[in-house]
Amino acid sequence: MINRKAHVLLHQKDNILVSCRDLTPGETLCIDHQPVVLTQMIPLGHKIARRPLAKGEKILKYGASIGSALADIVVGDHVHLHNMKSDYIPSHTRKAVG
Amino acid sequence: MQGHLRSDGRKGIRNQLLVVYLVECAHHVARLIVDQSGQAEVQLVGFPGCYPNAYALRIMKRLCTHPNVGGVLLLSLGCEGFNREELEAAIRASGRPVETLVIQECGGTRKTLAAGLAATARIGGKMAEQGRVDMALDELVVGTICGGSDGTSGISANPAVGNSFNRLVAAGATCIFEETGELIGCEHIMMERAVTPELARQIDAVMHKAANYYETMGFGSFAPGNAEGGLTTQEEKSMGAYSKSGDSPISGLIKPGDLPPRGGLYLLDVVPDGEPRFGFPNISDNAEIVELIACGAHLILFTTGRGSVVGSAISPVIKICANPDTYRRMADDMDVNAGVIIEGDASVEQVGGDIFEQVKAVAAGASSVSEALGHQEFILTYKTFEPIGPGCLPTARVA
Repeated sequence: MINRKAHVLLHQKDNILVSCRDLTPGETLCIDHQPVVLTQMIPLGHKIARRPLAKGEKILKYGASIGSALADIVVGDHVHLHNMKSDYIPSHTRKAVG
Repeated sequence: MQGHLRSDGRKGIRNQLLVVYLVECAHHVARLIVDQSGQAEVQLVGFPGCYPNAYALRIMKRLCTHPNVGGVLLLSLGCEGFNREELEAAIRASGRPVETLVIQECGGTRKTLAAGLAATARIGGKMAEQGRVDMALDELVVGTICGGSDGTSGISANPAVGNSFNRLVAAGATCIFEETGELIGCEHIMMERAVTPELARQIDAVMHKAANYYETMGFGSFAPGNAEGGLTTQEEKSMGAYSKSGDSPISGLIKPGDLPPRGGLYLLDVVPDGEPRFGFPNISDNAEIVELIACGAHLILFTTGRGSVVGSAISPVIKICANPDTYRRMADDMDVNAGVIIEGDASVEQVGGDIFEQVKAVAAGASSVSEALGHQEFILTYKTFEPIGPGCLPTARVA
């Protein structure tokens, strides 16, 4: 568990990484050979910014676009509902229906 | 492996006796018959509505004449709209033992229960007379679905199923992937895999239909749990779901109830045609499983990240868990732990090989975990479909 890798890059073109375990604030990750200190909790399976992303920029996962940035994002940020959106159909949560 | 040979040449890996209620009003009596029959292979399926629906009749015919089904008892209240005569005739024409009980004619709950138990004993007796024959892997039809997906699904369990699909297709088997609404955003890469340009155009058309349909409904095929598990958008979920299809060329596009004409990989379009009329395309995972089974699937590969416990009536469900933390919590409900890929302990190829072996074992008669736990979930509701367009099954034309 201690040695379990922190994240995985799914495609060379991707500007996000996927966490392989629950990552905690203060933890130092190595992103493209650079140390990055996390400021947020990033649970298993969630996305981490691999590059600085400008508002409106496409988020790339599996080498394909999975939506657009809603705000400027810095390397190591959690990338999720709060800072990106679908280019097709809005996502919904239990709290925000309709 | 051995199978139950049916009159249409297909072979079943199970020999189920279906008790079918044709309206919700007959559901309880049908359940009493199934429970009191005391046999695991007597299974309950049905349709809730009183209004008739051509899609539901077609799907029910396919299910009652599915190779895994050996005999059927139909249970009607008496006044509902379901065409029980046409359904019974189709089952009889397939050579299967079938009987119909009408509760209003039988005289109510107790009398229908007694008649139903006698009927299932008779039908079961006829089914037991049929022997089994050798069955090869290229006679097998396997469907796949993901349920409760999270950020791990698309990097462990789904590509591992895709790898097993590559192995199955190479062995001549038929593989079906589905839920066009959960492939929104993948249309361009999917079109490149179509065996003909016309099939690619048909795939593009059904993907546009899916996007329009879900937009009208106001929700994508995206559950709150998907977001909690790290998926943010429909197209992100789609890319992960898509990896279940593997790398084989796409041989055809089918709709619920269509039987793939030969081995290969097929896309099942589950989104209704025309204006949205009866609600969401598939209201839960089991609605998709039922449609895969209606296309002839002998067994289902079900991937999950958040965790699911469901199985199915008729065809066994093999559960592949994507998320190592979920696997630790719910191991008793899982057949395969693909979370080892996330933890770096195995490759996608290794887990794909494990799934392939599991498919062969369950096809040969071993119980899947959900099957052993008695899961027999089933749901069928209203839909409207047009027949598939020309060019959707190019390999059937040259055959």
